[in-house]
Amino acid sequence: MTGAGGGPAPGRRGRGRRGGEDLAVPEAEFTSYYGRPILKPPVWKWDIAAYLFTGGLAAGSSLLAAGGQLTGRPALRRAGRATALAAVSASAAFLIRDLGRPERFHHMLRVAKPTSPMSVGTWILSAYGPAAGVAAVAEAAVWLPERGPFGLVRRVLPPVGRAAGLAAAATAPALATYTGVLLASTAVPSWHEAYPELPVIFAGSALAGGAGVGLIAAPCAQAGPARRMAVAGAALELVGSHRVETRLGLLSEPYRVGTAGRLLRAGRLLTAAGVVGGLLGRRSRAVSALSGAALLAASVATRFGIFHGGVASARDPKYTVVPQRQRLAERRAAA
Amino acid sequence: MLPDPNSLYGPLDPAPEAGWSAAPPRMGFFTDASVCIGCKACEVACKEWNGVPDSGFDLLGMSYDNTGALTANSWRHVAFVEQPRPAGHRTPPFAGTPTGGSVSAASAAVAAGTAGPTGTAPGLLPGAPEPAARMGAARTGEDTGPGTDDRAPEFLGMPGAAPPGRGTGAEGRADFRWLMMSDVCKHCTHAACLDVCPTGSLFRTEFGTVVVQEDICNGCGYCVSACPYGVIDQRKGDGRAWKCTLCYDRLGAGMTPACAQACPTESIQYGVVDELRERAAARVATLHERGVPEARLYGHDPNDGVGGDGAFFLLLDEPEVYGLPPDPVVTTRDLPRMWRRAGLAALAMAAATVAAFAGGSS
Repeated sequence: MTGAGGGPAPGRRGRGRRGGEDLAVPEAEFTSYYGRPILKPPVWKWDIAAYLFTGGLAAGSSLLAAGGQLTGRPALRRAGRATALAAVSASAAFLIRDLGRPERFHHMLRVAKPTSPMSVGTWILSAYGPAAGVAAVAEAAVWLPERGPFGLVRRVLPPVGRAAGLAAAATAPALATYTGVLLASTAVPSWHEAYPELPVIFAGSALAGGAGVGLIAAPCAQAGPARRMAVAGAALELVGSHRVETRLGLLSEPYRVGTAGRLLRAGRLLTAAGVVGGLLGRRSRAVSALSGAALLAASVATRFGIFHGGVASARDPKYTVVPQRQRLAERRAAA
Repeated sequence: MLPDPNSLYGPLDPAPEAGWSAAPPRMGFFTDASVCIGCKACEVACKEWNGVPDSGFDLLGMSYDNTGALTANSWRHVAFVEQPRPAGHRTPPFAGTPTGGSVSAASAAVAAGTAGPTGTAPGLLPGAPEPAARMGAARTGEDTGPGTDDRAPEFLGMPGAAPPGRGTGAEGRADFRWLMMSDVCKHCTHAACLDVCPTGSLFRTEFGTVVVQEDICNGCGYCVSACPYGVIDQRKGDGRAWKCTLCYDRLGAGMTPACAQACPTESIQYGVVDELRERAAARVATLHERGVPEARLYGHDPNDGVGGDGAFFLLLDEPEVYGLPPDPVVTTRDLPRMWRRAGLAALAMAAATVAAFAGGSS
């Protein structure tokens, strides 16, 4: 048969049904149409990668704020609420800016489709955004005069803010993790096959981002929970990124080389530095703040790294043809 | 009505599933690459009828391909595979004529990097030179026959007016094969573009085809990365996603889509999908009988990764030779698992926060 120069011989040694490929992938010899990509890589610009960060940061900050609210740590609450509003506003701006027809952004609200992670995300943002906004605005109550109509607002805002803060925190985990499905539910090879890990990485990155805000903004006496959030977030993020960089066989490669590889390595280093600094520098405000900044930078690097890795995998026909050939060969061998 | 258990994956009749009652039979294309002559009448007719902006006036150096890929401004794409190797198991079509040397590893590698302005994004992207060179290299190994050795690369850039091989003399002539195929949107049974569209702009017609509503699309680009075939694309300046509609307007009036109407060899056949599948099976059997064992169908099987294509093909080599994915799978097959993983990650996040705050003040 002509042109059957497909993928390497299947070398799977049963590690689960999917994605248990050997780590060492033989150099791919594959057939193509003038080496051109088969898939259309994402048209999403850097705005979407930036949104992955700001959306996660908003979610992590709202969780931090709610924790601060419920355990009497006003510094965490204030910083968390303010960051959440800023981050969710930036998110909306990034998302709308990236549209081909930004003036039609409200068409997203025509439907609610569980098969479209973007539609689900729209509704999560629609629930989360106003709650986070109200919670942040409630922090301004202290600046209002005590008498007159503003005095009434001054008395009403804090309880409204508490309810809104809890509502934002309740929707925050969905906001932080749906983006993993958003990327995975595509034909982009290295995103799709990483679907078990992406939400984990993004959850970790969001927690670490929120923790970073806490470490920067709170005095050392209140920052204990932020340190523990940083450890938990870093653990999820590091385990998840390690898995996408090693578990997916050939499709792990885009995460290890080029821009994506550099970003993910930088993310790992910054995460580690942030956690170590946050734990060792618990008595120093300056060291804590630096560690928080490192965690935020780590979150940015990780998000852009995952984004670029996927784009690279869609641009090279190797990542489309070789795994699919391997799949076909396995199916034929099984039949 | 309960959703079909195969609503995300598996064999399905898409129009009733989408809510059409008394839907007409599913309509589609059967594109038979074995009789395609590469005239591009389909590309032109499509552009004319659908008012698609012009593009692709320059040849790309990829044989006679001037379109390169399906884009928002090219809803049919005629692929040309020109290779110095015997055409299947038949008598070489150019035996005794001055052929050879028209394509080489070097010329294919150069062609991989060419680009024409498509007016779309991502549009036509450059390819990798190494696999392109492999494509253009003479086949060695199992297909050894006259003229299949690696010849000195000679860059010609694009097809010339003179017969290939004239300048090199008879001893420099090689066998070569020339495959053509008119690619188009597959109108999948499980269409990822439609599934992920967050505005409802992409919809399933009563004919089982998939169409973008241009007054709804807001250019979010999700469909572009969801399509496992790399079909749908965004028009620059306009910002919206565009692709083949299977001439929805003509279908409604009982007419044949423009490309099929214009095809002079009936390489593009339009009709009821079930009938086309029968016709395609018969055609493959005929070709096998006549000594064309490399003929195979692509996208006809309702049990494949996308539940079968409404527009399927008869090919003369592996799909990837024509720029098609060998085993496409609709992303929504894994969607329930994806949401479960996201749910678990969300729970882990909430639990971590609770633990972080419950752990005291140190």
